Amino acid sequence: MANFMTTFGIWLAAFFTLSIFSFLYKDNPFYKFAEQVFVGLSASYWLVYTIYNILIPNLFNKLGTDFRGNLILLIPMILGILMLLRMVPKLQWLSRYPLALMIGTSAAMSMLLSFKSDFLSQMAATMVNPFSFSSPVDIVGTILMIVGTLCGVFFFYFSKKQEGFFKVPSKIGIWFLMVSFGASFGYTVMARISLLIGRLDFLLRDWLHIIK
Amino acid sequence: MKKVDRTVIERRIVFLILVLAVMLPMLFPLGLKTQSTPLTQKVYDLIESVPTGAPVILSFDYDPSVITEIQPMALALIEHAWKKGHKVIATAMWPQGPQMADRAFNEVKEKLAEQNPEAELPEYGKDYVNLGYKPGGLVTIQGMGRNMKAIFPSDITGKKYEEIPLLEKVRTLKDIRYVISLSAGDPGLRDWIMTAKGKFNVPVAGGTTAVSTPGFLPYVSDQDQLHGLLGGLKSAAEYELLMGYEGDASRGMNPQSVAHILILLLILFGNIRAARKRKADKLALEENNG
Repeated sequence: MANFMTTFGIWLAAFFTLSIFSFLYKDNPFYKFAEQVFVGLSASYWLVYTIYNILIPNLFNKLGTDFRGNLILLIPMILGILMLLRMVPKLQWLSRYPLALMIGTSAAMSMLLSFKSDFLSQMAATMVNPFSFSSPVDIVGTILMIVGTLCGVFFFYFSKKQEGFFKVPSKIGIWFLMVSFGASFGYTVMARISLLIGRLDFLLRDWLHIIK
Repeated sequence: MKKVDRTVIERRIVFLILVLAVMLPMLFPLGLKTQSTPLTQKVYDLIESVPTGAPVILSFDYDPSVITEIQPMALALIEHAWKKGHKVIATAMWPQGPQMADRAFNEVKEKLAEQNPEAELPEYGKDYVNLGYKPGGLVTIQGMGRNMKAIFPSDITGKKYEEIPLLEKVRTLKDIRYVISLSAGDPGLRDWIMTAKGKFNVPVAGGTTAVSTPGFLPYVSDQDQLHGLLGGLKSAAEYELLMGYEGDASRGMNPQSVAHILILLLILFGNIRAARKRKADKLALEENNG
């Protein structure tokens, strides 16, 4: 039975993979079917997962076993219920409170950490003496990093018209930005091709057993 | 009869060629080799530098949609950590992370058993543990910095934190020697950098999908916000190379390389055609005006 279910699962996965790929030729009922099954399954999976892996162990089990000791959990429970009131038109304004709390708390929590890791540490990383390195590659690389950072930041300085002398660092900044976009594009291509490799590997190895 | 747009046909030809460019090297491997880069070497060196018996965290912050890129990294990192005798604690910021962790642990165990049937295999609870999924990202990691047990009262089998031998001496995140987040997005590596490294000064390394790699590169600096970064299938292949075996990622580099050459040629071809068309249009416009 287990073997049958494994084989059935592989054939089902192959069918859905090919159905999604069929969109590359043109939109068709197989693609639409696969897409809608995926959307429906994902939604139901998340619902069940949330109930069984978040709500039951973190809320219901704790309140059920020791209600008095976990009274504090009633606060997030009430906030959660308020959030669900979005579905009741007359009471949907109540959902603003848990939302406001969430936004305020997460913004406050991440502000300091983000300031340190994305601003202070990143600035400190550019404050290096390029000539302290022994390898010419490191020296050139560090100079490029410093020039690129300064010119890149200058490109986004909009309080003064970028003409004359101010046009030069701005232009250099654009070049650095273009290079970074090119690198991002290269990485994106690699990621997309990897996905294709994954699916073809599944079809050729697990489904058709052509490759070992 | 409705006339089919020429660009649509051309697009289909490109798709077909791309599929062939990926499929053929999978059927007939070209034997292309990859070389390790400093970013990958840095992750390897981090694991090498930690002594035997140290508790470490591998965070499985991804789901099955990216297993082609990230699962080979997970396999190589687990194998490396186990070979060094580290006690691996698996956590997950993504709901399907625990299943990915289980799958990776079992796969590495099977491989080790195949390599040496008489060797003692890592034991669950003693050498590794899967603490499961916890939502919250940044908040959860901050909580781990105060009290790990409060965040993960039990593992995925339901066993209580205090009953797991591996976790006996692990009270907070500060007891961890390094964190490696295998991350496909948010929450993930960025939260570990900001909190584990930024707040608790625990060394953090990462493995990400190729799409998100450029965003994390600035963190690998002399500030050591990231102790190395594995970006996409290429880095996974590099890590396999450092570990001395050819796994799924190394095999995937053959089709990857051929597909990249094809895309380069297509970009070149497209640009030449576009330039010629622009020139022809310009000439036509001049003739009309003149």
